[in-house]
Amino acid sequence: MTTLSTPAVTPMRRRRTNRNIVPHLFLGVLVVYFLIPLWWMIINSSKDAAGLFGGTGAMWFAKDINFLGNLQDLFTYNGGIYLHWLGNSALYAIVGGVGSTAIAVLAGYGFAKFRFRGRNLSFALLLGSVMVPLTALVIPTFILFANLHLTDTIWAVILPSLLNPFGVYLMRVYAGDAVPDELLDAARVDGAGEFRTFAQVALPLMRPAVVTVLLLSMVATWNNYFLPLAMLSDNGLFPVTVGLGLWQSLASANNGGGHSLWSLIVIGSLVSIIPLIIAFLSLQKYWQGGLSIGSLK
Amino acid sequence: MTSAPAIASPRRRTPRVPLSSTQRAAQRRRAAIGWLFIAPFGVVFLLFLVAPLAYALGLSLFTKGLATGTEFAWFANYIQAFTDPSFLRGVGFVVTFSLVLIPIQMALSLGVALVLDALTSRFARFSRLVIFLPYAIPAVIGAIMWGFLYSPTFGPLGQLFGLIGQQAPFLLDADHVFGGLINVVTWQWAGYYMIIIYAALQGIDPSIYEAARIDGASSWQVALRIKVPLVSNALLLILVFALIGTLQFFTEPAVLRPISNGGITPDFTPNLYAYTTAFSYAQFNYASAISFALGIVVFICVYIFLFATRKRGSFLS
Repeated sequence: MTTLSTPAVTPMRRRRTNRNIVPHLFLGVLVVYFLIPLWWMIINSSKDAAGLFGGTGAMWFAKDINFLGNLQDLFTYNGGIYLHWLGNSALYAIVGGVGSTAIAVLAGYGFAKFRFRGRNLSFALLLGSVMVPLTALVIPTFILFANLHLTDTIWAVILPSLLNPFGVYLMRVYAGDAVPDELLDAARVDGAGEFRTFAQVALPLMRPAVVTVLLLSMVATWNNYFLPLAMLSDNGLFPVTVGLGLWQSLASANNGGGHSLWSLIVIGSLVSIIPLIIAFLSLQKYWQGGLSIGSLK
Repeated sequence: MTSAPAIASPRRRTPRVPLSSTQRAAQRRRAAIGWLFIAPFGVVFLLFLVAPLAYALGLSLFTKGLATGTEFAWFANYIQAFTDPSFLRGVGFVVTFSLVLIPIQMALSLGVALVLDALTSRFARFSRLVIFLPYAIPAVIGAIMWGFLYSPTFGPLGQLFGLIGQQAPFLLDADHVFGGLINVVTWQWAGYYMIIIYAALQGIDPSIYEAARIDGASSWQVALRIKVPLVSNALLLILVFALIGTLQFFTEPAVLRPISNGGITPDFTPNLYAYTTAFSYAQFNYASAISFALGIVVFICVYIFLFATRKRGSFLS
């Protein structure tokens, strides 16, 4: 957890704990609300199809716990295509996230620390592009890529994910604040070249913002649905979001080919959210600080 | 951290003094290096933002008929889009949806952030994580989960209403789908907005509150008169993001459509309509025009919003 607030036990604080019951109740109700879907998913990932449909109750375990059976089913169904989807999601998120972050760091530093003709104009253009609805770009990009025969390849998902104007904005704001000009000048006087100055002096100071932008852009790519849905038709290239969406529409149309897909969808959804939850929990000291960058300026 | 205007950061002006020729050469070299740092982003920006937009703009000016072939049609596609009942109904839906959703989301996330900022207990920290958690869950998965919970066969609603001998409402049919989707989106995003506001609240110097308390301000007054105005930049940022995101509403209706029993139509939102037009009917010229028309609607809404909030001096100034 963060160390932002150290609980100070003073007489006044103790007197106020009684009054804190109402806010705690408020939070308690919200915690229940926000956990309901997760609870449902955990409970129902242990049920087989019969338990899902008939079942004793939607919010509690059925008589037989079939968790491991469902897991095995998930990873073997259709030649283990689910694992492929997870791998694809990871590939797109890592390559797209790392690539777009690297580009954003360089550009943010360039905007913050160099004066040149056209800088303000290009930065204004960039800010304007934050407001371009990204999904409005999906169909145009699809048509463009189709002409270049790039659709239905991994690049169709990765290349557009490299565009992250908001990341550049965050990096510029942060670099402008956290990297003192005097330090850069000192490094230059000592004879370091511009790129060495950037890599060895500026980059370490920008680390919290780098982690935040990296995490945010990886999440955005991992969660993306519209772009891969439009770009890909070979289901071996699907990320897990599009794959589960496919199962969902097949199951609704009763098209699982005799195999009940519903229990696979439930456990597949549960498994797919585990990596991101782990990432968020383990990196929380970075992103909780980093998220304030954009809002405070 | 200071609270400068939301977008533009103050521009540092260096006093102009005559430079020697070596200084000027050094300055030119520095400028070139500045461009080098920006170049990779510039390339991506041109290839994946400017090029698709320009290409789509070009496409949207042509029509493709079976008999006539492809021909230049000026703004015929746009005239068609802005008189197409499907597109207009979709735009009407996302605008109404934004007007209902965003105040609910903002009230909830601001309320939670203020409560969390005032508490230091272990449970408060736990709730902060739990409420943020849906952000780490892809919108597709969130929609699938709520689809299950709404389902008359799997979900708890049927059983709940069964206890009192009632038929549960199906929250995705035509009558209830608005509320059903409001719930899904609020669940998905409120925690993210809450964290941003919370981070901004934590950045405020606490000595300001002490001063206010000494002057006799209550906790409510401190929250409404001091904290809210001080995080107004964060609120403005979130509002603009929420507006842009909601007008592009696609994932949830697309995922829930197969199980909605017709409550969600293929032209439910403009983006869904553009997707259907492109991929089910292969009308790429018209789909490009719809995408562009939606982009225009988003720009207009964002500018109306920014203009409206700038004029009211007291709130979000």
